[in-house]
Amino acid sequence: MEQAKTVVEMRNITKRFPGIVANDSVNFKLRKGEIHALLGENGAGKSTLMNVLFGLYQPEEGEIFVNGQQVVIDGPNKAIKLGIGMVHQHFKLVHPFTVTENIILGSEPRKWMGLAVDKKQAYEKVNQLSKQYGLNVDPYAKIDEISVGMQQRVEILKTLYRGADILIFDEPTAVLTPQEIGELLVIMRNLVGQGKSIVLITHKLKEIMAIADSVTIVRRGKVIDSLPVAGTNPNQLAEKMVGREVSLKLDKKVAVLGEPILEVDNLVVKGRQGLNALNGTSFVLRRGEILGIAGVEGNGQSELIEALTGLRPVSSGSIKVAGADVVGEKPRAISEAGISLIPEDRHKHGLVLDFPVRDNMVLETYYQPQFNKRGFLDYEAIGKHAERLVKDFDVRTPSIMTDARALSGGNQQKAIIAREVDKNPEVLIAAQPTRGLDVGAIEFIHKRLVEQRNMGKAVLLVSYELDEIMQLSDRIAVIYEGRIVGEVKPSETNDQELGLMMTDYKQKQGGAGNEQAD
Amino acid sequence: MDAATIGHMLNTAFVFSTALILAALGGILSERSGVVNIGLEGLMTAGAFAAAVAAYKAQEAGYGGASPWIGVIAGAIFGVLFALIHAVATITFRADQVVSGIVINFIAGGSTLYLVKLMFEGAGETSLVNEVFHKVKIPLLSDIPILGDGLFNAYPTTYLALILVGVIYYVLYRTRFGLRLRSIGEHPSAADTVGIKVLRMRYTAVLLSGVLAGIGGATIAMTTTGSFSHNTISGQGFIALAAVIFGKWNPLGAMGAALFFGFAQSINNVLQLFDFSSHIPSEFIYMLPYVLTILVLVGAVGRSRAPGALGEPYYQGKR
Amino acid sequence: MSKLIKVVTKDSALVPFVAILLGLLVGAIIMLIGGYDPILAYRSLLETVFGNRYDFGETLTAITPVLFTGLAVAFAFRTGLFNIGAEGQYIMGMTGATVIGVTVHLPWYLHAPLAVIVGALVGGLWGMIAGYLKAARGVNEVITTIMLNWIALHLANYIVRRFLLEPGKGRSYMVDDTASATIDWLSRFMDDARMHWGTAFALLGVIFFYYFLWRTKQGFELRVVGSNPDAANYAGISVNKGVVKAMFISGALAGLAGVFQVLGVFHNQVISAGHTGHGFDGIAVALLGGNNPLGVLLGAILFGVLSYGAAGMSFGADVPPEIIRIVIGSVIFFVAAPGIIRWLLKRISGKKRKEEAI
Repeated sequence: MEQAKTVVEMRNITKRFPGIVANDSVNFKLRKGEIHALLGENGAGKSTLMNVLFGLYQPEEGEIFVNGQQVVIDGPNKAIKLGIGMVHQHFKLVHPFTVTENIILGSEPRKWMGLAVDKKQAYEKVNQLSKQYGLNVDPYAKIDEISVGMQQRVEILKTLYRGADILIFDEPTAVLTPQEIGELLVIMRNLVGQGKSIVLITHKLKEIMAIADSVTIVRRGKVIDSLPVAGTNPNQLAEKMVGREVSLKLDKKVAVLGEPILEVDNLVVKGRQGLNALNGTSFVLRRGEILGIAGVEGNGQSELIEALTGLRPVSSGSIKVAGADVVGEKPRAISEAGISLIPEDRHKHGLVLDFPVRDNMVLETYYQPQFNKRGFLDYEAIGKHAERLVKDFDVRTPSIMTDARALSGGNQQKAIIAREVDKNPEVLIAAQPTRGLDVGAIEFIHKRLVEQRNMGKAVLLVSYELDEIMQLSDRIAVIYEGRIVGEVKPSETNDQELGLMMTDYKQKQGGAGNEQAD
Repeated sequence: MDAATIGHMLNTAFVFSTALILAALGGILSERSGVVNIGLEGLMTAGAFAAAVAAYKAQEAGYGGASPWIGVIAGAIFGVLFALIHAVATITFRADQVVSGIVINFIAGGSTLYLVKLMFEGAGETSLVNEVFHKVKIPLLSDIPILGDGLFNAYPTTYLALILVGVIYYVLYRTRFGLRLRSIGEHPSAADTVGIKVLRMRYTAVLLSGVLAGIGGATIAMTTTGSFSHNTISGQGFIALAAVIFGKWNPLGAMGAALFFGFAQSINNVLQLFDFSSHIPSEFIYMLPYVLTILVLVGAVGRSRAPGALGEPYYQGKR
Repeated sequence: MSKLIKVVTKDSALVPFVAILLGLLVGAIIMLIGGYDPILAYRSLLETVFGNRYDFGETLTAITPVLFTGLAVAFAFRTGLFNIGAEGQYIMGMTGATVIGVTVHLPWYLHAPLAVIVGALVGGLWGMIAGYLKAARGVNEVITTIMLNWIALHLANYIVRRFLLEPGKGRSYMVDDTASATIDWLSRFMDDARMHWGTAFALLGVIFFYYFLWRTKQGFELRVVGSNPDAANYAGISVNKGVVKAMFISGALAGLAGVFQVLGVFHNQVISAGHTGHGFDGIAVALLGGNNPLGVLLGAILFGVLSYGAAGMSFGADVPPEIIRIVIGSVIFFVAAPGIIRWLLKRISGKKRKEEAI
C-alpha cells in the first residue's frame, strides 16, 4: 500500500490546565483519506487534543503541521481556514434558528453592500451541499423541530460549507440509534471517498473495529499506542485504554425471580406540546430482576420515568407498586411507597450542587422524624447518616461538608446511588446511571445494581447505551413511540434485532440515502 | 368621543412612550446579546442630565434651535459612558449582571445630581432650557383624520424613535450583525466555534443600549421638562424594561408595549376631561396602566421565552 | 507582599472590607475633582453619626427600615426570586398598620401588636401576589413586582385620602397612642431621637432569617428551591408552594419596615407623590450583605451610617449628599466583582507570576 500523505501532524503537544496536564507530549499523525480513531476514557485527553487542533485551546508546548506546513492555530477561524472542521459531541446549534441559519452563521452570504444576508443564496448552497454528500437535510426546518440524527448532519454540513477537508468527529454516536450509526458510518466512508480525512474521537470499541483504519490510544494525557485497526481486537484496545485487564463481560448469577412488584398497565401520558408521549405502555417488573428499557432517546423514556415518580400527570392507565395503584399520588408519597430514582441528569435533578454532601444525602428524607424534630433539623443525626453513606459507598470527598459541586462526576453519582439505595426501595429506577463516567466508576455502579437485584430488589434500567442494557438486564423491553413494542432476553438477541425494534422496522424519516446497516 | 379627542389621546400616547421605546430598543439589543440590563433607569438618567446641561450651555452660547439636538447627542455620549461601566464589569470581569445594573442606577443617580449641584450653584435642578423640541407637522399626512393629529404631528424625537424601531428590526432579523447578535445571546459557545467574537459583540450591544437609553432620557428632558432634576426619570427605565419583556425581546413587540404604557398614561390626562371620571377615584386611574399590564401578562402572554443564554457570563476558552 | 495579597483576596470576609475602602476611595476622588475636602467630609460624616446622642439615635432609626427591606430582598434571593417589589410591600405594610392604628381603638397591649400583625400580613399578602403569579402562571416576577410597586403607591394614597384623612391636611389622622411603638424613655435618653421597638424587631428579624433558613425543615425546602428547583421537584418539594411562601415572608419583612415607620417614627401616613426608596435601598443592602443575615445587618449599618451622615457631610464640608449614592454604588460594585479587586491587586504587586502547574 502506498504511503498516503500526512495531512495533520501534532508533535509533542503539551496542554496544561490548573491542576492537571491534559496532554503530555502527545504525538499524533493523520493520513489523507483515512479514518483515524482517538480512543480513551473520559478525561483521558482526547477531546482536549482535538480542541487544540481546532484552535479552541492553545498548547503550552509542541508544534502542529498541516499538509506539511507548520502552523499556529490561534482560534477556530484559523482552523477553518486551514480546512479543519469539528463536529461537536454536544451540538453547537442555535435552537430557534433554521438549519440554514446555523450553517451559514459566521460566514453569511451577503447582498446590498454587505449589510443584508442573502437568504436565497444561502438556502441554495445548503441544498447543493446536502445533495452532494448525501446528507438529506431540510434547509428551512428549525433546529428544535428536527431529529437528533438530522441535527448531527447539520453539524457536518457546517464544516463542509466552510470547505473542511479534515473533519473531527467528537463522540458522534452517543445519541444515535444503531440504524443512524450505520447511516453515519456510510456518510463517513462517503466523505473519505471524496478525499476528506477524518479523526474519530470515541470510547466505543465496536465502532472503531467497524470503521476506523488506525487508532491512537490515550490514557491520562499520554499516548499509549498508535496502530492499524486491522491488527488488533476490542479486548486488546480496552486493556490499553484502561491500563489493566478489563472484563468486558459482567459476572452475573442467574436471576431468581420473585413476584411482580411493579405493574404498569396501558399508561397514557401527555408529553411536552400536548402530544401523547406514552401511548399505552405496559410492562411488569419482578423482584430480583433487572429490566432494561432500550430505545432511542425521545421515545417516551423521560416521560415514563416522570410518570413513575409522580412528576408528570397520567392521563389514563395504572401504575401498581406491590398491588397498590400510585397514579395521582404526589412524588413524596410515591417515594415512600417504595420507588427510588437515580436521575438521568445528576446535576439538574439529582443534587443541589451548592449544598454540602451532608445535606444532599437527606434531600428526600429530611422531613422524616429521625432528622426532623418538630420542624427543626437535627444536624447531628443528619451528619452521622451522611458519614455512614459516604463510607459504605466509597464516595471520595474531603468531608461531608464539601459542596457537592466539588466532587467528581463518578463520586457525585455514587452519592446519589448511596442515597437512593439506602432508602431501601422496592423498585430502583436507574436512568442513564453511567453517563459520562470512567470505566472504574462504571464497574462500581454496575456491580451495585446487580447487587441490589441479587438481594431481591427490582431494578428498572433505562439507558441509551445498548451495551449496558445487554450486559446488565435479565430481560429487555424495547420502547418505541411511547409503547413497549417487544420483549426479549439478552441471550436470545443481538444489536441488530434490538436496533430494528427500536425503530419498529420503519425507515426513520430523513435517513441518508439507502444503505445496509453495519 | 370625537375624532379630535382620539387623535389627541394618540398624540399624548406617543409623547409619553417615545422615551420608553428608545430605552426599550436599547434593552433589547443588550439582552438579545445575553447581557441583562437592569440599569436602563440609570442610563436614561445620565442621558437626561447630559442633555439638559448640554442644551442649556448651547443655548447660552447662542446655538438656538440646534441646542436640543446637541442635548440629544450629549445624552447619547453619557449613556455610552455609563453603559461602558456595565459592560466592563459584566463582560470582562463577569460580575453578576443584575447587580451591575443596579449599581449603574445608583451611581448614575448619585453622580448626576452631584454634578447638578456642582454646576448650578447648589440648585437641585438644571436651569431651564427654552430651546427645546417643538412638535413638527408633516405636511399632507397630518391632515388625515385621527391619525394625522395622532401620529404626524409629533416631536422630532418621536419620529426618530419610530424610525429606529424599523431600523433595529431590520438589523436584527435581516443582517448578519443581527443574526450573529441573536446567536451569541442564545448559544454563545456555538457562535464562538464559528469564529464570532462573542465578547466584542456583547460590548457593542451594551454600548449601543447606552446610546439608545441615553437618547431616551434626553428626549424627556428635551421635550417635556426642559430641565433635569431628581424627578425627571422616575421609574421609566424600569417600565422600559417591562416593555422589553412584555414585547418578548422583539422591537415591534416592545414598541407595542411602550405604546400601551404611553396610551394608558395618556388616558389619565384625557379621562379627567370627562364627567364620569369624577366618579372614579383619580388614584385608580393612575393605577390603570400597571394593573392592565399584569392582567395582560397573566392572561395572554404566558411564559415568554427569553434569549437562551441571557444572564450567563461567557467564559472564553470554555468548550 | 504576595502573601498579603493572597490573604486579602480570599473570598471570605476580607473582600467586603476592601470593597468598602475602595468605595470610600472612589467617593474621595470624586470629591477632590469637585474641589471638596474628602477628609473633612468623611470626618463630618462620622461626627454627625457618632457626635451626639440625638444623631446616633436617629442613625439607628434610619438603619431600621433598610435592615427590614434588606432582609426581605435577601430572603427572596435565597429562594431564587428577585423581589424588586419591597417598595410596594413596604407601603402596603405601612397602610395596614395605619388603618388599625387610626380606625380601631383598643388597649395598648392589644392595639399595637394587632397593628403590627396586620401590617406584616398585608405586606406579606402583597408579596404573595407576585409569588402566586410566578408559580401559577410563570409570569416574570421582575415585571409584576415593578407594577405592584406603583399600584401600591396609588392604592395607599387612595385609602388614606378616602378613609383616613384628617381634614385640611395631606395626611392621615395620627395613630392612637395605644398603637404607638415609640419607646418614650429611650427617646428621652437619646435627646428626643425617635427610638422605637422596630429596631429591636429588625434585629430579631436577622436571627429569624438565620434560624428559619438554616435550622428548620421549611427553610431547608426554600433553600433547595432557590438553589435548584429541578432537584427540589425530584425531591418531592413543591416549588410553587415554596415560591408563594417565600414571597409572603419576604413581603411581610418589607411590610414591617413600613409598619414601624408609621407606628414608631411618624405616627401618621402622608399622601405621597413618589416612593420613599427604602425598598430599593433594601436591594442594595441585600447585595452588600451577600444575602446572608450577618452581612445584611452589617450592610444595613453601613448604609444607614452613610445615608444619615451624608446630611452632616453636606453641612460640615459643603459636599452634596448625592455623593453617598456614588460611594454606596461603588462598594456594591466592588463586592459584586471581586475579580476587579484581584486584578487591581495583581497589577499593584507588579510582576506577573509564572503559572505554576500544580
